[in-house]
Amino acid sequence: MQLDTLYQEIILDHYKRPKGRGLREPYDAEAHHVNPTCGDEITLRVRLDGGADPRVVDVSYEGMGCSISQAAASVLHELLRDKSLAEALTVHDAYTEMIGSRGQGQPDGELLEDAVAFAGVSKYPGRVKCALLPWMAFKDAVARAAD
Amino acid sequence: MVTTPAPGVARAAGRAVPGRNRPSHDMPGFDLAKIREDFPILTRQINGRPMAYLDSANTSQKPRQVLDVMREHYERHNANVARAVHTLGTEATQAYDAARAKVAAFIAASRPDEVVFTKNASEAINLVAYAFSNATTGGGALSGAPSHAMDDRFRLGPGDEVVISEMEHHSNIVPWQLLCERTGATLRWFGLTDEGRIDWSQLDDLVNERTKIVSYVLVSNILGTVNPTKALVERARQVGALVMLDCSQAVPHMPVDVAELDVDFICFTGHKMCGPTGIGVLWGRHELLRAMPPFLGGGSMIETVTMQKSTFAAPPEKFEAGTPPIAQAVGLGAAVDYLSSVEMEAIRWHEKLLTAYALDALETVPGLRIIGPRVPIGRSGTISFVMDGIHPHDVGQVLDAEGVEVRVGHHCARPTCLRYGVPATTRASFYLYNTTEEVDALAQGLERVRKVFA
Repeated sequence: MQLDTLYQEIILDHYKRPKGRGLREPYDAEAHHVNPTCGDEITLRVRLDGGADPRVVDVSYEGMGCSISQAAASVLHELLRDKSLAEALTVHDAYTEMIGSRGQGQPDGELLEDAVAFAGVSKYPGRVKCALLPWMAFKDAVARAAD
Repeated sequence: MVTTPAPGVARAAGRAVPGRNRPSHDMPGFDLAKIREDFPILTRQINGRPMAYLDSANTSQKPRQVLDVMREHYERHNANVARAVHTLGTEATQAYDAARAKVAAFIAASRPDEVVFTKNASEAINLVAYAFSNATTGGGALSGAPSHAMDDRFRLGPGDEVVISEMEHHSNIVPWQLLCERTGATLRWFGLTDEGRIDWSQLDDLVNERTKIVSYVLVSNILGTVNPTKALVERARQVGALVMLDCSQAVPHMPVDVAELDVDFICFTGHKMCGPTGIGVLWGRHELLRAMPPFLGGGSMIETVTMQKSTFAAPPEKFEAGTPPIAQAVGLGAAVDYLSSVEMEAIRWHEKLLTAYALDALETVPGLRIIGPRVPIGRSGTISFVMDGIHPHDVGQVLDAEGVEVRVGHHCARPTCLRYGVPATTRASFYLYNTTEEVDALAQGLERVRKVFA
């Protein structure tokens, strides 16, 4: 298997220079997720603006883990912040579908932007959880914010 | 970093080279090329490279001799054990009993019925932990042999203490945590030194009159440390505490003699010693096994059953409820035969030289830090390390692309990782079939890791 299908430049770039890292106030909900098989962890906070059609004002996070999980958090921050919650969840669905596609998916580049770099991860079953860790924490935090 | 070589060990480039040299008579050895031929899987290519399997602490590969015996068992002798009068049943029972006798001899047990087959080492530890629990709550003790009912050695309550160490596999932590929660006893543990050893300075404090059992690992699955036992056993005897050793990483790699260790229980697992998965071993002193209440109830472990109550078989059957893993036991017996034919002392020596060679090679990798003893003394061929700024998952992924198979993560020893301030490590572990070329492949793979994440 070609290693560079997994370690795309975009992923390594986000890993070395993560965007939006650090936990910020104020926030509406926080989720802490761990991958029990490897010990990777993420704490992720969301801030919504509270309207009828809420917007994701901020996604802040802190975590430790491999390049894939940490870059996935950075890309998530860039991609979902400033989107309406509805749009963010559409992107979320497209992302999780791509990661679960076992290399068979046709990711929507316009929708997923930098996140298409993670398409290669879907061919590595052992790394799928890494790519999903921050995204599942996001979904969890959003659900808590809505409660 | 290299130990003084024994006479007859040749050296290349300043390093001892295991496996290449026919050792002299005072140093056991074997023909490495021939050993490798016994393991069909070792000829595999991974990602276009010759496979370097450096994950035997996780599970070992299986020699043809074991695979053949298991196939023959299923093809020729398959039947349930200890109940059929027919020929196949008799053959299967004999094979199962013979496997128990082989395992007993392998660890120098005084009698075969000191060997209890379990499904793995975790179950063996749980068996002992539940003996305490059941003795405390009366489970099994009421209908068991009255003279052994409620043996005080197994009764636990508030004020009693269970002692483990900070370098345990989760399987030697969680069962004791749960036991202490059930009984109100207190769990205590030995801390670790910066060099990756148990800190014995607290021995007299930690092991005291309140201690009922001390359970710790003979060889650490994450640090590679080989722990001493003499002082601990002496102290435990003084205060009347039982001693259990988790030998999962010891029995596959070195001679283990329960009489010499002079402990009360040991456990280990078949799949790390060239045997199949699904079979583990609890060894216990016969007198203790007799005194312990049962763990799992069911068929085969009883003497008589009425609708009101049951009495139990003698050990080991008392602890082997249900149809046991028969073919797996037979496979483990074959693994014991195989390892004995190679000689455990020779395997230990081979791994020692390989470890010295690997420690040397790893020390030269920039930004690499070994977690655990850095000298090949009092340590096994399991080496954990971290690399500056590169997560072990990524290290393992790049190594796999080079055909080098290592384990990454916390190795089911998360408290040990926390102790050394790392979330996870990369772990290379060796066995009798590994070569210096495979260690070289690891070192070269780590160069590529550094390039990818530069």
